[in-house]
Amino acid sequence: MSEHKEQENYLTAGFSLKSWLLTYDHKRIAILYLISIVTMFFIGGIFAALMRVELMTPQSDVFEPDNYNKLFTMHGIVMVFFFIIPAVPGVLGNFLLPLMIGAKDVAFPKLNLLSWYVYMVGATFTLYTIVSGGVDTGWTFYTPYSTSASQTHVVPVVLGLFITGFSSILTGLNFMVTVHRMRAPGLTWFRLPLMVWSLYATSIIQILGTPVIAVTLMMAGLEKIFRIGLFDPALGGDPVLFQHLFWFYSHPAVYIMIVPGMGVINEVVTCFSRRGIFGYRAIAFANVGFVIFSFVVWGHHMVVAGQSVYSALIFSILSYLVGIFSAIKVFNWTATMYKGSISFETPMLYVLGFQGLFLIGGLTGLFLAALGFDVHVHDTYFVVAHFHYVMVGGLVMAFMAGIHFWWPKITGKMYPELIAKFSMILVFAGFNFTFFPQFILGYLGMPRRYASYSEEFQVLNILSTAGGSVLGLGFLLTVLYMVWSLYFGKKVNANPWKATGLEWEHASSPPITENFHEIPVVTEDPYNYANRDFIKDFPKEVEVGA
Amino acid sequence: MSEQHSEHHIVSPKVYGTILVALLICTVLTYYVAGIDLGIFNNFVALGIAVFKATLVILFFMHMYYSTRLLWIVVAGSFFWLALMLLITLGDYVTRSWDIQHRIFF
Amino acid sequence: MHSSDHSAHHPALAHHFHDLHQQKDATWLAMWVFLATEIMFFGGLFLAYVVYRSSYPEAFAMASNRLNVPMGLGNTFVLILSSFTMAMSVYSAQVGKKGGTIVAWLILTLLLGSTFLVVKTFEYREKFEHHLVPGRHFDFYSHWEGHESAASHEGASASHETANKTSHEASASHEGASGKTKGVREVQIFFGLYFAMTGLHAFHMIIGAGLLIWLIVLALKGKFSAEYNSPVELVGLYWHFVDIVWIFLFPLLYLLGRHYHS
Repeated sequence: MSEHKEQENYLTAGFSLKSWLLTYDHKRIAILYLISIVTMFFIGGIFAALMRVELMTPQSDVFEPDNYNKLFTMHGIVMVFFFIIPAVPGVLGNFLLPLMIGAKDVAFPKLNLLSWYVYMVGATFTLYTIVSGGVDTGWTFYTPYSTSASQTHVVPVVLGLFITGFSSILTGLNFMVTVHRMRAPGLTWFRLPLMVWSLYATSIIQILGTPVIAVTLMMAGLEKIFRIGLFDPALGGDPVLFQHLFWFYSHPAVYIMIVPGMGVINEVVTCFSRRGIFGYRAIAFANVGFVIFSFVVWGHHMVVAGQSVYSALIFSILSYLVGIFSAIKVFNWTATMYKGSISFETPMLYVLGFQGLFLIGGLTGLFLAALGFDVHVHDTYFVVAHFHYVMVGGLVMAFMAGIHFWWPKITGKMYPELIAKFSMILVFAGFNFTFFPQFILGYLGMPRRYASYSEEFQVLNILSTAGGSVLGLGFLLTVLYMVWSLYFGKKVNANPWKATGLEWEHASSPPITENFHEIPVVTEDPYNYANRDFIKDFPKEVEVGA
Repeated sequence: MSEQHSEHHIVSPKVYGTILVALLICTVLTYYVAGIDLGIFNNFVALGIAVFKATLVILFFMHMYYSTRLLWIVVAGSFFWLALMLLITLGDYVTRSWDIQHRIFF
Repeated sequence: MHSSDHSAHHPALAHHFHDLHQQKDATWLAMWVFLATEIMFFGGLFLAYVVYRSSYPEAFAMASNRLNVPMGLGNTFVLILSSFTMAMSVYSAQVGKKGGTIVAWLILTLLLGSTFLVVKTFEYREKFEHHLVPGRHFDFYSHWEGHESAASHEGASASHETANKTSHEASASHEGASGKTKGVREVQIFFGLYFAMTGLHAFHMIIGAGLLIWLIVLALKGKFSAEYNSPVELVGLYWHFVDIVWIFLFPLLYLLGRHYHS
């Protein structure tokens, strides 16, 4: 709109704390999540930093081994449950889903706000646990150590995670119903942006999986308090049963983590290749494949735990099959870029980083799915490297791509491109220096969750710690320039990237509280770059109707 | 914009009454059959009757008989998922004895 | 292009929905999806039950026979009846009966549900008195009529020391007392699952009771009509689900040992 009239948008709709903390607006709730998860990310990062400081020397000279155990446990709990699982759905999903489907809000806005509050209650329990001494069981809470022997605050943290799970469940429920019932006229399933498909698939996994971890944690808590014998061999229980129940959720959980990130990749890769997505239906159905197959591979975490070898065999085969769906997506994104008109803005740089790093992470996952190999590297740094490649090299890069891509839409301001590119290089380089050595360390036999290690591993550990400093710097710089851009960033029009999608072509930057002045009617396929005139169809200012 | 509207079907009290009677009869049946030793079939009968009762409740008290395909998928899907969890985990327990030295539970 | 623009805006219609129909569709789907999560939630406990029952069939049968079947059976009838009265509340609301009728059926449902919970309280108290609550005071043989043989007395005193010894030693002393007492320590697992499953179920009943009270208040205020009655239907769905859980719990927990001679 014209510059002399400050346009009303969701950010100017109220400035009091109450208007933020009692909002029903999905966009404001997304911002609340953003602040929370970034805070938790840095808390989790501090634990990681402390771990890496310890690991610079072979002896456990900075921390007692018991305290080191608390560090990696809290790092895992905070990062898994309070950063990576809620990150994309809570921030980008919340902000974008109604916009992408042409709705005014999600199906249940009050439930949406409740989800955030439930998350905050869970986070409070966990923070309480941290300040009162932490937990030392590993984020996996394996029994009978966690239920019988550990002297740390297992019950409060388990209770906190139980509560946090409901945040995930409610978000999933909300998104699922939203996609089914709130789509704009003309928006059939196969006209949806693939980000919506990804969020939808994630929602189903959240709905079916999270209740199981909730009941498992409840059982572990009861076991600790009442010594029932559910998971304690001394009382007739089976610790492997705990692992079955735990991983039944925690494996699909990694798909809750990555699938929304993959959704982001679809949106960014098409925009910066100026092309429609290659193989839309294949990617859409790959999401369905993830929903089903993610639930039948959990035993690959338990190869050496004591399950039957036949069980391990089935899980191994299925784990290979689940890799097919990731492969479909990575191939299709590559094919999308082929002969596209590629530009290298920061979001695209993160996408390219994702492609390479997720590939390495995914392939090493397949190595681990091979029983013969897994037996040797289980519980070593090889596994640690693998999952950091997919979670950080994959998801965090995708999240960064998404944050940068939609930042102008969310805030109405552009981030500083040059510093952002520099930051990306820091993150990419730092990440690789941190985690690639860990593949080697694991292969050479360095166990995970150990405060001390054999002398010969020191050089690679020092390299890893050095990389970690650069990585942390990259993230810190990102937060700084993003905050800077809120005050000093260049104002943007509705569609600075000239991207397709309802959020870009029918909503202002930032959007108004109701998202659209008029609910759009959809008549074409998504990513219709082929039918857009670069100059004509993206005027300097998008007319947003009266 | 919505695919299938849920039928606004009003189920009559007569149907409810019939289901009530059926459920009560099945409960009595479960009780009596449990007292007869049928060996392994006790489990199947007990579960079978329970599943039948649950089906009646879902179809008629919860109106699933008159509902959309999407809801059928949601209900069937969740029971299927539960079955998946049970069967695959039990697969582990059942096959543990196939390696003789691991015979702990069976 | 608005798809529909009702000039008469029903007070219960939320602003982000186009019409009551879309709202009802969305809330109905949401409740079923929520019930799907509940199925998986209880499912974890059912899994533990199945695993341990197949591992320790005799211990489970023996333990099950300590449960109060008349109370369980009575409660089953009560709950099924309450499902019927709940369905009738929904029917009354759907055909637009006066608030009073709806309230009557809801109150009946609430009374039946409360009966269930009261009986449960008696049941739990009995278990507590018989030292069948898992934990430090768990003692399977105390208070077991007809089992005051010398062997079980030894077993009883041995189990008192279980808290101090490891269970390994305790079960060894059980075996020493009588060859048939092998597997007694696993009865605690049964009771752990019993309390967890019925406790979780009772917790859901309490929430259900709360929801019913909320509905009664709304019905008394005349909020329900043939046009708008979703809350009654949705609470109905929840209530029926809780009934279904009990339909499975009753035979699995209470009746499993009935045909065993112990």
